[in-house]
Amino acid sequence: METFTIRARARAPLPGTGRQAIVGVVASGNLEILLERSETDNDVVVDVATSARGFRAVWEAVVADFVTRSSPGGVRFSIHDNGARPDTVTLRLLQGVKLLETQP
Amino acid sequence: MIPEEIVRSPSWYESSARNRITGLLDAETFREILGPAERVMSPHLELFDLPPAFDDGVIVGRGQLDGKPVAIIAQEGQFMGGTFAEVSGAKIVGLLRAVTASAGTPDGVSAVLLLLDTGGVRLQEANAGELAVSETVRALLGVRAAGIPVVALVGGRAGAFGGGGIVTACCSHVVISEQGRISVTGPEVIETNKGAEEFDSRDRALVWRITGGRSRVLLGGADSYVKGDVASFRAAAARSRNAAPPFTLETMAAEQDRLEKRLSSYGDCRDTPEIWARAGLADPASVPDIDDDAFLALLSEREIKHDAR
Repeated sequence: METFTIRARARAPLPGTGRQAIVGVVASGNLEILLERSETDNDVVVDVATSARGFRAVWEAVVADFVTRSSPGGVRFSIHDNGARPDTVTLRLLQGVKLLETQP
Repeated sequence: MIPEEIVRSPSWYESSARNRITGLLDAETFREILGPAERVMSPHLELFDLPPAFDDGVIVGRGQLDGKPVAIIAQEGQFMGGTFAEVSGAKIVGLLRAVTASAGTPDGVSAVLLLLDTGGVRLQEANAGELAVSETVRALLGVRAAGIPVVALVGGRAGAFGGGGIVTACCSHVVISEQGRISVTGPEVIETNKGAEEFDSRDRALVWRITGGRSRVLLGGADSYVKGDVASFRAAAARSRNAAPPFTLETMAAEQDRLEKRLSSYGDCRDTPEIWARAGLADPASVPDIDDDAFLALLSEREIKHDAR
């Protein structure tokens, strides 16, 4: 297992008022993401624990792309990954912010 | 695009444990206990270099079903095979004990819904897992003794195997779909110990013919058979909550009697079609092939009921 933290700055805080959300399952080739609105302003923190070693550069690229496409400011993403592919990770990140944005 | 039909009636088998809870309970009523943000996770998986899950693969809480309070426990079969382990087991046992303690008070519930989806004990924390199973059985019987029915819902990917099979058999009522499987020793374990001639675990038709929902409900290993969508499980859970037998010595004696009769009637059969033939079903070989409507019609025509539990 490998664990690391990626920090980024979003364009804007994530809209909506939901405090936390969870998406996905730690199944084979899948991941779970816990989203918590715990950071200040435009800060984004992504804590990754992944079963696949040696892919930090790919994670950083996926997160950078996601932060550009979305505007998840103020959110901490805690990830438990069991070998998900980059496209699955992007999908879950987008699902997660959608859920946090729309939930009461 | 996801087809309209699938959006409208999601499959139990395909849904995650959280989505099953959402579909089962009245909208917006679920209150989770020890939710993911509390981060009560397995302390053991890291030693095996495995990623944990925020809920350790078990979601517990309270909510409402048709306006009446229920307690609910859902295993996530896709995480480590939905296994019984230290933290997940403690969550199950803790909720069951709380239900017993609150019986007859304003916090009392009308039923416990147990959404099993498990291969049994988690091998990485096997001692804790074995203890969790036996504590679950004891706590579950405590709930039933307090007059509260425990309804098992089985239709997930992992089925209800190992200790999960034993826990299922202890419930007041068992609801199952075609995809659901219940057994103690899993197909792979039988094959490993006795050889493929005894049980070929890769023969999916054989596995479902022996352990699957249709066989279980015909033999009385399950009480209600439902189509595999979440809404059907919800309807069956609401119905069976009121149909559960009292947990009395008479019920136990009747259950023992039922099981003894079953063993003496079919104990020498080698496969389920033999059982169905002996039980007088017109076309035993077709049981796995007919559609759900035809199978439900068969059950009601023959008035197949197994009362004791």
